[in-house]
Amino acid sequence: MQLSREELLESYRVMRTIRDFEERVHEEFSSGGIPGFVHLYSGEEASAAGICQHLSDKDAIASTHRGHGHCIAKGCDVREMMLEIYGRGEGLCGGKGGSMHIADLSKGMMGANGIVGGGPPLICGAALTAKYKKTGGVAIAFVGDGGSNQGTTFESYNLAKVWDLPVIFVVEDNGYAEATSSKWSVGGTQTDRATGFGMPSVAVDGHDFFAVHDAAGEVIERARNGGGPSLMHVKLNRFFGHFEGDAMTYRAEGEVARLREEKDSLKIFRAHVTKEDLLSNDEMDKVDQDVAKLIDDSVKESEKAAPPHFDKLETDVYVTY
Amino acid sequence: MSKKSYREAINEAIAQEMRRDENVLVWGEDNVGGTGGDGEQDAWGGVLGVTKGLYPEFGGERVMDTPISESAFIGAAAGAAATGLRPVVELMFVDFMGVCFDQIFNQAAKFRYMFGGKAVTPMVVRTMYGAGFRAASQHSQALYSVFTHIPGLKVVIPSSPYEAKGLMTQAIRDDDPVIFFENKVMYDEVEEVPDDPYTIPFGEARFTREGDDLTIVAIGRMVQFANDAADQLEKEGISCTVLDPRTTSPMDTESIIESVEETGRLVVVDESHPRCSMASDVSSIVAQNAFKALKGPIQMVTSPHTPVPFAPELEDQYLPDANKIVASAKLAMAS
Repeated sequence: MQLSREELLESYRVMRTIRDFEERVHEEFSSGGIPGFVHLYSGEEASAAGICQHLSDKDAIASTHRGHGHCIAKGCDVREMMLEIYGRGEGLCGGKGGSMHIADLSKGMMGANGIVGGGPPLICGAALTAKYKKTGGVAIAFVGDGGSNQGTTFESYNLAKVWDLPVIFVVEDNGYAEATSSKWSVGGTQTDRATGFGMPSVAVDGHDFFAVHDAAGEVIERARNGGGPSLMHVKLNRFFGHFEGDAMTYRAEGEVARLREEKDSLKIFRAHVTKEDLLSNDEMDKVDQDVAKLIDDSVKESEKAAPPHFDKLETDVYVTY
Repeated sequence: MSKKSYREAINEAIAQEMRRDENVLVWGEDNVGGTGGDGEQDAWGGVLGVTKGLYPEFGGERVMDTPISESAFIGAAAGAAATGLRPVVELMFVDFMGVCFDQIFNQAAKFRYMFGGKAVTPMVVRTMYGAGFRAASQHSQALYSVFTHIPGLKVVIPSSPYEAKGLMTQAIRDDDPVIFFENKVMYDEVEEVPDDPYTIPFGEARFTREGDDLTIVAIGRMVQFANDAADQLEKEGISCTVLDPRTTSPMDTESIIESVEETGRLVVVDESHPRCSMASDVSSIVAQNAFKALKGPIQMVTSPHTPVPFAPELEDQYLPDANKIVASAKLAMAS
C-alpha cells in the first residue's frame, strides 16, 4: 500500500512524537513531577502509527492502560495529553482521568482503560453504531497479550462475529503481561484463537511500520466493506517496564539494550525510507526538532499549569441529577 | 387510559420511544428469541415476554438477540451509547451482574467523569430482581443498593404499572446510564395506565398514603405491602405516610426528611439484605438530618442476611410482608 511523501512524513512524526513523549514522561516521572501510575509505549510506536494511519475521526479505537501511543496516533492533542498526565485543569480530561483514562471522543478515541480487557466490549458497541448509522466507520480494540486472555476479549470476538461487526482486534504482544511472559501465559496462538471464532487473522512484526501498515490496510478494508471482524497479532517489545518504577528484574540482562539497538521501530523506519529514497534524513531531522520542541514546551507548560479548581471535584458525574 | 400489566406498561414505553427516536435499539438474551433457529422468530420476546412484539415491528436491525455474553453485550451498550445510540439492553436477572459488572461500574458509569465531562452515555440496563418466584439463590436477589453505591449510575425501581411506564420513558430519554429494576413477581399486576407517552421525573418521591403518626419508606414491590400495612394500622388508629422514593439514585432525601420531621417515626421496608442496604441508607440519612424529630428508634424491615432460599415455605418467610411491617410500626409507635 503506497503512501505519499506527506503521509510518510506524518507517520514518522507520529512515531517520533510517541517516542519523545514517552521518553520524556519517563524522565519527568523519575524526577517526581508526575503523579500516579504511568505505563509507557516506547518501542511499540509502529503498531499505533501503522494502524491509525488508515483511520479518520469517524473510526473508533479503544485503548489499554498503555494508551499514550494510541492517543497520539489517533490525533489527540499532545499538549493537552501532557497536561492531563500532570493532572492539570486544562488537560484533555480536565485532570480527572490521568494517564490511564485519556480520551477524546470527538477524535474517535474512546479512552485508555485501566481495566485489562475493558475495551473490546466497548468497541463492539462503537462498531454497531457505525454499522447501524452506515457511517462507513470501523472500530478497533487494542489489547495486550495480557488482555488477550480476558473473558471480555473472547466474548467480544464472538459477539463481533455473530453480529458481523466492522471490528478489528489488535493484540499488541509485547512479551509480558506485567511481569509474566506471554510465552507462558498464552495458550495456543493468537491467530489460532481468531480462527476458532471464524475470524481471519494475521501476525505481523510490530517493529516494522510498513509490515503493520500493510496488514492493517487489508483487515480495515475488509471491515469497512462489510467483511466482518478480523484479528491482528502484532509482535513487538516495550523498552520500559510494565509501569514506571518497575525494575524489570524478570527480563534478561541486557534485553532492553539489545532491543533498543536491534528492534527500534524509528531506526528501522528511517533505514527503510532512506534506502528506498522515500524521505530524506533532513526532512526527518526537521520533524525531530519540531517534535522535541513540542514535547519540551508541553512539559514546561504542564509543570507550571494550575490543577483543576476544587469546585470541579463533584462536577461531570451526570448530565443531570 | 386502559388497564395494563406491569409487563405491558414497560413494553409500551419501549415501543413508543422506539417509534419516537430511531436511535433507540434493544438487545439482550432472547429479547427476540428464536434467532438462527428453524422455528418462530420473536418466539420469546424476552425470557418473561417484556420485549415481545418489538422485533416484528422494528426488525432485526433494532431488536437483537445476543449470545450469552453479558460482558460483551452490556459493554457494547456502553460503547454504542457513547457513540450516538440509545440502547435499552437486558441483564436478564440482576443476579448475573457478577459476570459483567466491570462494563457497568468501571466503564459506563465513569466515562463522563474520567473524560472530563465530555462523554454522554444514554443507556438503559433493564434487569429483573426480587424473591417470591421460587427461583432460589441465584435468580432472586434485590441488588439495587450495589448499583446505588456507584456514582454515575441512576437506579430506578418502579412499584406499579403506571410507575413502570413513566419511569421507563424517562429512563430512555435520560442522558445518563440508568439501571431499571423490574420485579419479576409483578409482571402480571394490572392498573390503569395512560396510552400516550408520559415521563415521571427521577428523584421525586411519591406518597401513596398520607398520615401523621409514622412514615413508612418502601422500595419497589414493598410499596404495596406498605400500603396494606398502612391500611391495617389505620383501622387500629395509627395514621401512616407511605413514601415510595421511585429512584434510589438520585433519591428524594428531602421528602423523606420532611416527612419524618412531621411524623417523628420511621419504618423502612427494603426487600434486600439489611447490611449496606437502602434500608440502612435511608435510616442513616434520617438519623443524620432529622435526629431531633425522632420520637423513637428507626425500624428496618428487610430480608435476613442470607441467600434467598428455594423451599416455598422458607422463601415466604424470607420476604418482608404487611404483617412484618405492622409489627415494626407498632414497635416504632411504642417507643
